[in-house]
Amino acid sequence: MSNLELVFKEKSKRILNVYCTAGYPALDSTMKVMASLQKNGADIIELGMPYSDPLADGEVIQLSSMKALANGMNIAVLFEQIQDMRKSISIPVILMGYMNPILQYGFEAFCKKAKEVGIDGLILPDLPLFEFEDAYGKIIKENGLDFIFLVTPETPDQRVKKLDSLSNGFLYAVSSSATTGKDKDFNVVAQYLQKLQALQLKNPILVGFGIKDKATFDAATVHTQGAIIGSAYIQQLSKGGDIETITSQFLNSVLGA
Amino acid sequence: MPLFNVNDNYQNPTAEGYYGDFGGAYIPEMLYGNVETLKTQYLQIMQDPIFQAEFQQLLKDYVGRPTPLFLAERLSKEIGATIYLKREDLCHTGAHKINNTIGQIILAQKLGKKKIIAETGAGQHGVATATVCALKGMECVVYMGEKDIERQAPNVARMKMLGATVIPAKSGSKTLKDATNEAIRAWINEPNETHYIIGSVVGPHPYPDMVARFQSVISEEIRKQLKEKTGTELPTHVVACVGGGSNAAGAFYHFLNEPTVQLVAVEAAGHGVHSGLSAATTQLGTPGILHGSKSIVMQTSDGQVVEPHSISAGLDYPGIGPLHAYLYESKRGTFLSATDEEALASAFHLSKIEGIIPALETAHAFSVLPKMNLKASDVVVVCLSGRGDKDLATYMEHL
Repeated sequence: MSNLELVFKEKSKRILNVYCTAGYPALDSTMKVMASLQKNGADIIELGMPYSDPLADGEVIQLSSMKALANGMNIAVLFEQIQDMRKSISIPVILMGYMNPILQYGFEAFCKKAKEVGIDGLILPDLPLFEFEDAYGKIIKENGLDFIFLVTPETPDQRVKKLDSLSNGFLYAVSSSATTGKDKDFNVVAQYLQKLQALQLKNPILVGFGIKDKATFDAATVHTQGAIIGSAYIQQLSKGGDIETITSQFLNSVLGA
Repeated sequence: MPLFNVNDNYQNPTAEGYYGDFGGAYIPEMLYGNVETLKTQYLQIMQDPIFQAEFQQLLKDYVGRPTPLFLAERLSKEIGATIYLKREDLCHTGAHKINNTIGQIILAQKLGKKKIIAETGAGQHGVATATVCALKGMECVVYMGEKDIERQAPNVARMKMLGATVIPAKSGSKTLKDATNEAIRAWINEPNETHYIIGSVVGPHPYPDMVARFQSVISEEIRKQLKEKTGTELPTHVVACVGGGSNAAGAFYHFLNEPTVQLVAVEAAGHGVHSGLSAATTQLGTPGILHGSKSIVMQTSDGQVVEPHSISAGLDYPGIGPLHAYLYESKRGTFLSATDEEALASAFHLSKIEGIIPALETAHAFSVLPKMNLKASDVVVVCLSGRGDKDLATYMEHL
């Protein structure tokens, strides 16, 4: 059983996955942010690898990526920073990023190194199903990494089932077709999540895009095992200040602790 | 006479949109529905007789096709070969871009779309999109880099007059690459009623093939016109400038499988290929993914896309369509480049000796003619992709 699967086995509701951008707000804050997230109640960390042209991301995460790149972040630097992360981070860590920087690093070398430092899974939004089945999926699997596909309200049921069958750990339900950081109508989202629930999928569902506070987290987790927060947390970090203070305040407000 | 390798793949990408190793559809799931619909329907719609009838009629009566194939006598004499100019600058709106937007707007209607979004560099594609949206009564939003808005002011004014909303792209280099990112994000945010009219042979499959097919009218006409004028359909060379590569794809298309025709693509070298301020993608780039397809991309060693430079906004792009990447890699195409300075000189020269003021993008294609070692027996067609009115401000600085 993978670490991701264990999380869902031990806790079936209100799983909180928080996104952070590697090398943001400062180049060396990656580990500090991850430690704070773990300490303050995150169940999973989604660690974003910054890219110059992040198509699926809204303005907040774009800006954090630009800052991180300007700070000097890249995949090689990131692997150095997180080389010993398993000495302090016990919750699952997933890498999120776009295909181009990974291809330049070398896809196989990337998967191997990710596994070596203790990464549990990958989210690569611009790796489509065809390419996954044709070439990359095998390499990901051989290196013992979970892969998480995204589904949206427009994804047909049959395709949702297919993407679920190829995913491990969880399935990432995008609350509506949109880039990250947009507000959503949660009644519509609830209907969509109920529909997903009815499909009786293999994987638990985490819902993302538009989750920003306690109200949206509560609403999102009625019909799913948990939710993913990204832009709202990055927004808090962007204001500056002590990372531990910002993170504890933000996560406490979301979890209602 | 040298013979060039030809194969069926140049005109027909695989079912997943590959030309050799280049192409594909590297898109997030949020765009799956729209792209899948296009992928399964574009060929069927484009081959439908009702579609073709409307497309052909609009090309004739609205765009003004066929555009002339003009024998440039003074230029021919100077170069020492027979030079024909394919006058895409005489299309309605002043460039070849409208061939594609006419096709895509009819296609968008068939798909039941209500709103159009587009990206633009020099503004020619933005104007061509705004024009067809006005023609069809559809809402139009054009994303344009903030830097390009400044250097292509007349086209911004034209788009607004045509009823389009122009949204500045403020991220990254504030040029075509970023305008394309913003347009794709906008499409992700409202996928159901919106069609994205990409202006070049870039983007996820099926865009590169679809745009190449709409632009292929250029080479279809060249063959007919050349036959009438010279008795043979085939020139020895076809020359076109390349940013993303839509006018080149159109000018090359019906010659791709003619092994005697040399296809010459001219990239923008900016201040010089290795000056650090250049947009000569095949010379500086490596295989990578940009805007949804695998191609040749100007990037750092760790895969961040770099900011290109060209004096011409339309060539100021760090990628190239996957068909062109394949033409380059397979050596079917010959890739040359021209600097900002050479392009400016060519624009002034062509104006003086043929009475045609070309767009800055187009001027790059003329800069390579003296370097091609042409023979008296060579018959060269240069795609005169656009007119230079939009570049007058830049030209006036150099008068």
